[in-house]
Parts: sequence; C-alpha cells; structure tokens
Amino acid sequence: MRAQFVLSEIGVGLRRNLTMTFAVIVSVALSLALAGGSWLAREQVSHMKGYWYDKVQVSIFLCNKTDGTDTANCSKGAVTPDQMNQIEADLNKLPVVDKVFKESPQEAYQHYKQQFSGQAGIDLLTPDQMQWSFRVKLKNPQQYNVISSAFDGRPGVQSVQDQRKLLDNLFGLLNGMTYVALAVLAFMLTVAMLLIVNTVRVSAFSRRRETGIMRLVGASSFYIQMPFIMEAALAGLIGGGLACGMLLAGRYFLIDGGLKLQAKIQLIQFLGWGDVIRVLPLVLVVGVMMPSLAAFFTLRKYLKV
Amino acid sequence: MIRFDNVSKTYPKQNRPALREVSLEIEKGEFVFLVGSSGSGKSTFLRLMLREERTDTGAVHVLGKDLNRLSNWKLPHMRRQVGTIFQDFRLLPNKTVAQNVAFALEVIGKPRGTIRKTVPEVLDLVGLAGKDDRMPGELSGGEQQRVAIARAFVNRPLLLIADEPTGNLDPQTSVGIMKLLDRINRTGTTVVMATHDQQIVDQMRKRVIELEKGRLVRDQSRGVYGYQH
Repeated sequence: MRAQFVLSEIGVGLRRNLTMTFAVIVSVALSLALAGGSWLAREQVSHMKGYWYDKVQVSIFLCNKTDGTDTANCSKGAVTPDQMNQIEADLNKLPVVDKVFKESPQEAYQHYKQQFSGQAGIDLLTPDQMQWSFRVKLKNPQQYNVISSAFDGRPGVQSVQDQRKLLDNLFGLLNGMTYVALAVLAFMLTVAMLLIVNTVRVSAFSRRRETGIMRLVGASSFYIQMPFIMEAALAGLIGGGLACGMLLAGRYFLIDGGLKLQAKIQLIQFLGWGDVIRVLPLVLVVGVMMPSLAAFFTLRKYLKV
Repeated sequence: MIRFDNVSKTYPKQNRPALREVSLEIEKGEFVFLVGSSGSGKSTFLRLMLREERTDTGAVHVLGKDLNRLSNWKLPHMRRQVGTIFQDFRLLPNKTVAQNVAFALEVIGKPRGTIRKTVPEVLDLVGLAGKDDRMPGELSGGEQQRVAIARAFVNRPLLLIADEPTGNLDPQTSVGIMKLLDRINRTGTTVVMATHDQQIVDQMRKRVIELEKGRLVRDQSRGVYGYQH
C-alpha cells in the first residue's frame, strides 16, 4: 500500500466534497457530543445515587408519650425500654442491616435545633416532644421493604420511613431527562448515518472514472475502497474531536465556570475531569468507526468488483 | 490463452440472448479481430473475458483460469495481466500523461522506483516521448489513445483487449494506432480487438471472428471484414 498515493486521494476527495464533508463533521460532532453528554449525565445520576443512598437511611420512629392521642399505632402509649431493646436486637439480627444508630429524644432535639436555628417557633419545642428512633443503614438500600414489613405496625413503633423515596423522585426526573437526550441522540445518529451514506455515494459517483480504471487495471477492492473509507473515518475523527471539545467545554461551563453549579449546589458531588476524560476515547473510537462502517457498507453497494 | 466453451448469456429483462452457444479458442500471441454489427454480442464477448459479466451457461477460460470459478478477491490479480483500451480512451482529465500511466501502477501497489523507470519507457514505446507533462485535453485523439495504450501496456499484460480503439479516430491516425497494436502483439501479447473498421481489418489480414445476433458465424484466419454495413 502506497500511503502517499492514498493520502493524496483522500485529500482530493475531501476537498471535492467540502460541503458534504462539513455536514458530516458537524452532525457526527453533535450526535457524539449528545451521546457523550447523556452518558455522562447517567453517570452523574448514578454517582449521585451512590452518594445519597450511602447517606440515606431507613428511620424507625418510636412512640413517645404524647403520640398516643393522635397516632393509631401508638394507642398503647410510649414505647417501653423492653420493646426498644427487642427492636434493636431484631434489627441487628437482620442480614440486610449494615448499621443501627439509636437516637434519643435529647439528641433528636439537638439535631433539630441545629438544623432550624434562627427560625421562629423553635423555642416552643421541648425535648419531651421528640421521640426515640433508630436510624438503620442497609447493606443494599433497595431492600427497604424488609425493614418496613418487619417493623411497621409493631408495638411501640410509630412509623417506618424510607428517605430514599424522597430522592427517587429527583432521580426519576434526571433519568427522564437522559432518556430524552438518548432519543434526540438516536435521531441525530440516524441523520449522521444518512449523511455519511449520501456523502460516500456522491464521492463514489464523482470518482467513478478513477474507480472504473482502478478496477480495470486490477486494483484490489481494498485499494479502491480505502480512500473512501479513510475519508469517512477522517471526517468522523474530526467530528469526534469536536465532540470531545464540546464535552470538556460543557463540563467546564456547567460546573466550574459559567453556570458555576459546583459553587451553587455544594450538596451534589459533580463528575470530575477524570470522568469526562475517560469517556473521550470512546467518543473518538465511535466517531471513527461509525462513518467507516457506514462507508464500507455503502461502497459494497456502489462499487462493484 | 482464451477459451469459450458453449457460452450463452442473456441479460436480465431481455428476450434475445446476447451470446448463444459460442465456442472458440484463441492461442497465445494471436491477433484477433472481433467483428459484427451493433448488438451482435461483441461487447458482451469482451465483458465476459474481463468478467465484467458472468456466463449463464458454458465456461470462459482466460489465462488458464475458469472465470466463473474465480473468486472476487483473485479477480484483480487476473485483471493485472489483461490490458484494456476503449473507443473513448477513458483517461483522467486532471492528471498529466505520465500520471495517467503511473496511476495504473500506483493502484496495484508497485514501488515508486519501478514506476519512475517504466513509465517513460512505455511512453517512449507508444511514441509519446517528451509529452509526459501534457494534460490529456491538450492532446489529439490519436495521442490520447496512445496514452491509453501506454496505460494498458505498462504492466506488460499477457492479453490486450481493445474495444473499437479506432472508433473515434480518422483513418490516418487509426493506421498509426494499428501499427502500435501490431508492435505490441509482436512482443508476444495476445490482442483481441472489436472493431467496425473495415479498412483496417482488410489491411491487417489477421484472424477474424464474426458474431451475428449472438452467434459465432465466421472464424477465419487471415480474414477480411467480410460484410457490408
């Protein structure tokens, strides 16, 4: 294979088809940036899930003296120390449980005061109104049901609350957004593929004289198809490179500069540069492979041996 | 060299076969004219030899190979031993004379040193010495056909297929082209030439194969054109 010859053929082909090449580059860049972006968004969500699920717990609130009047579960009055010990022992026996923290009304009162300090009405609350509770950390946060079915309605238990449910709404929203991104992406990819197929077709047509002679003098089909495939691959590579640039710029703009989300929302741990950079090789590989394969299959139809 | 065994070929959506039951043999080093009116099957005959088409029934052997059984990836190697020229020259208009000839070697991966050596040689042989850097558009028809012949011959093929090579040329230029083809034939290259040019066939007195409506109707050594058109 004579590299110089193939390279000059590629150059000629790309220049001859400049507008189409440009369209291919842009559509590949956009679709890959979307692909990479939604990939990263999913990663961000699962990142956040891990982070939050680690922190969230199942809370078992126990009855206190004053609950008897307004909570059906607590009609028998405040939880007894025996009941409390039994619950703690049972919790520790369950295989799904990782850790159990016991929170006294006093501690709950302290936390509450810290959390809502400076707000009106806080002084009306007394430690007596707070209750005993268990904070249960599960090995697998999905297994909330085990705790709920074992302890809900048990004597002395006021309620079992899974904090994860609160977060699931948020994650549902984020996941929904990534699905929308994926749908747009599928659309963009289709457009990009059609453009590539069309570009290769035009390219093959505008060089039918050359390819006809190549066939005649006995060039191998590999040699005949190579310039076309390389052209598509090169356009794809440029598109992929642009997509990488967009992803990096996007992360910078959203998180560090521009919108400064990291500074504004400190609760969320955003994806780092490492996470973004890890996606880039994949983006480049797809950027090169997708047009090359499209070109290859198009040529099988339009360049006969 | 070339053998047609009972070859028939019908194109799709056509009732009449383009070739029917043609059998013949062409030996190494022969010069053969293929004559017949338009639609007689000459082009099909040539296309079958290049395996641009496949036979429906019967077999075509070229250079010892059964073309129906030749795999697609071996086909280019077969074509490297066959040179082809056409009525319309089929040169690349944006390449110089030398580049046009070199193209045939480049695309089969010949080393640059070989190309630099053989291209001037073959241009000299076809009588185009010193015109290496001209563009095809600057040349006369006869000169363009010489470039095409140079390109077909530069890889020293064993067989040269010519599809009405003088069809676009005036009689005097045609004679020059025929002299060139004759010289190439004398180097041992088999030449098969389809033509309508009565004068040339009558002058050269080579083997003449005549097709009519797809049938082989005459095969005559040292023949003449033989029919009026």
